[in-house]
Amino acid sequence: MKSILKSCTALCFSVGVAVTPVAAQMTEIGAGEGELNIVAWPGYIERGETMSEFDWVTGFEEATGCKVNVKTANTSDEMVALMNEGGFDLVTASGDASLRMIAGKRVQPINTDLIPSWNTIDDRLKQAPWHYVNDTHYGVPYMWGPNVLMYNTEVFGDNAPTSWNVVFEPMNLPDGQPNEGRVQAYDGPIHIADAALYLMTHKPELGIASPYELNQDQYNAALDLLRQQRTLVSRYWHDAFIQIDDFKNEGMAASGSWPFQVNLLQSDGAPIASVIPEEGATGWADTTMMHAEAENPNCAYMWMEHTLSSNLMSDLSVWFGANPAVPAACTDGRGMQTAEGCTKNGFDDFDRIRFWQTPVSKCDSQGECVPYYRWVSDYIGVIGGR
Amino acid sequence: MAETAAHHPAPRGPVDRLSDLLWRRQGLLVLLLILPPALWLGVIYLGSLFALLAQSFFSIDEFSGLINYEFTLRTYGELFRAANLDIILRTVLMAASVTIAAAVIGFPVAYYAARYARGRWKALFYLGVMLPLWSSYLVKVYSWKLILAKEGILSWLFETLHLTWLLEAYLSLPVVGGNSLSVSWTGTFLVFLYVWLPFMILPIQAALERVPPSMLEASGDLGARPGQTFRHVLLPLALPGIVAGSIFTFSLTLGDYIIPQIVGTSARMIGQAVYQFQGTAGNIPLAAAFAVVPIVIMGVYLYVARRMGAFDAL
Repeated sequence: MKSILKSCTALCFSVGVAVTPVAAQMTEIGAGEGELNIVAWPGYIERGETMSEFDWVTGFEEATGCKVNVKTANTSDEMVALMNEGGFDLVTASGDASLRMIAGKRVQPINTDLIPSWNTIDDRLKQAPWHYVNDTHYGVPYMWGPNVLMYNTEVFGDNAPTSWNVVFEPMNLPDGQPNEGRVQAYDGPIHIADAALYLMTHKPELGIASPYELNQDQYNAALDLLRQQRTLVSRYWHDAFIQIDDFKNEGMAASGSWPFQVNLLQSDGAPIASVIPEEGATGWADTTMMHAEAENPNCAYMWMEHTLSSNLMSDLSVWFGANPAVPAACTDGRGMQTAEGCTKNGFDDFDRIRFWQTPVSKCDSQGECVPYYRWVSDYIGVIGGR
Repeated sequence: MAETAAHHPAPRGPVDRLSDLLWRRQGLLVLLLILPPALWLGVIYLGSLFALLAQSFFSIDEFSGLINYEFTLRTYGELFRAANLDIILRTVLMAASVTIAAAVIGFPVAYYAARYARGRWKALFYLGVMLPLWSSYLVKVYSWKLILAKEGILSWLFETLHLTWLLEAYLSLPVVGGNSLSVSWTGTFLVFLYVWLPFMILPIQAALERVPPSMLEASGDLGARPGQTFRHVLLPLALPGIVAGSIFTFSLTLGDYIIPQIVGTSARMIGQAVYQFQGTAGNIPLAAAFAVVPIVIMGVYLYVARRMGAFDAL
């Protein structure tokens, strides 16, 4: 009996030792597994099928033999759900999903030594808090962009808005009509951060250090501002194409938005422009993260290197109206992007952007913060008129 | 095979023995036949439903946001918070008004189809009612968004008829009004009504077709005025159809989460709340508790309908 116990202990121990290195980060890249499964935002991984000049997959497949399979997800929550289900190697996670996945141990640490082009990454992103946790890298920065203030140039004329107050405070717009019923707001709880960002400038006495880290008082002040906004907003937007439609057919004057909608509306000839107001703006920054139980880790590392060194960053920033994580991609002609293009997408406004993060109860700037699930239920209440 | 067995009783294979067994014990045969559908209904259908409902007895930890797997009724208590009660009330009111309007509009249409339409007209009627069901639900909702938009077809029509003042007067009303029809509760109501109307018309029509015309004639012969015939003969006999239709329209409106997202004021309804709590907030207990609400409401509804004798004719 004792010997059985002993041998079992020895066996268990050896299994434990054998398993441990798998859980830690990789130390070398082997041969490709022939396949790679990625969860991505729509339009993020293009192989020339939508438009032939936008292709950053075919070359990778030819060079590495890794066949790329893409599963698109429309929201951060879908991404988290897909990663929880498993069966994927990589995900292009925004900051409001990445921390959730790190906390849930769905993604694994990245060995930056295995990514030769790591040093070309924008210094501002290398240790960004949405993927660099406990001195550990959990991903490779991918793309980022601001949530801009989009406005109708016929309404504003020569007086382009300079503050988010046009969507938060009741007022008359430059065309003499009130803004009530003519502004929109984002239909996601993360919009509470936009209100908090506005309060950082306009109510400094609240002492908000980060719009994603709010204590109860700061949070209540943000909700009060949003309740005021509710009286101005006739419909909240959640779908980019519905917002585009509303700016065409509902006489909308101003709203928080993405460069994506601005570019599409402008290319349709609509009288639309955008600005990053004086308070700054919130924004999104996406990171390529690797599943904790990725089945194709070698191909995954090859892809992460590919994102940094190929035409991907440059062409994708043109395609999506976003900014590359590698600054050189704006200028060195590896793809179609140019320095002017990057400036237009907000590349120089990095410092004015507060990137999406998941609000958690244990926050850095102060002891106790209001966690995300309460943001969700309270924002539902605000939209419902409470 | 059976023939062979009859002619040569000596060699008996396992199939024959099984056949004999089933012949001797007919209950076993019934059990075998009923087992797959029962398993489907019991395990996959109801089982998954109960797995969801069981979640509603857990709670979410206030600080970490992690789910606490201990039995509690706290999550149900949360349903009674003002914001959540609003959602329930709003949804039930919407479902009730859509149902009543669908019955009022659906009844004459169904009556005409059941009593007067013949031959080609009947086919055309069926096509007219069913056609919206064949096209994509999303296409219909989006096209309604365009119809109701501030610069949409309906506003244009009002403008052409010089009735813009009427539309504006209506939109300035509290609750039902708004900045434009497509961002008002009226818009949501109209789209719901349009999308679910076939589900009301078809059962009413089926019920009306089973009402013998002789009964209506007898009622008239006995001196009843048309209104009396309607109230005392036609309506009670058609009630099972109306109730069946109302179950569809009511429960479909209770659970829908796409229409109020595209057309309306953005204030949540139950379906959206479930979707958002489950998907966005990771608050599965509260989502499950919200999912119980329509089940309870429909349970009460069916009970009342049964008490009113709506199922007596079934």
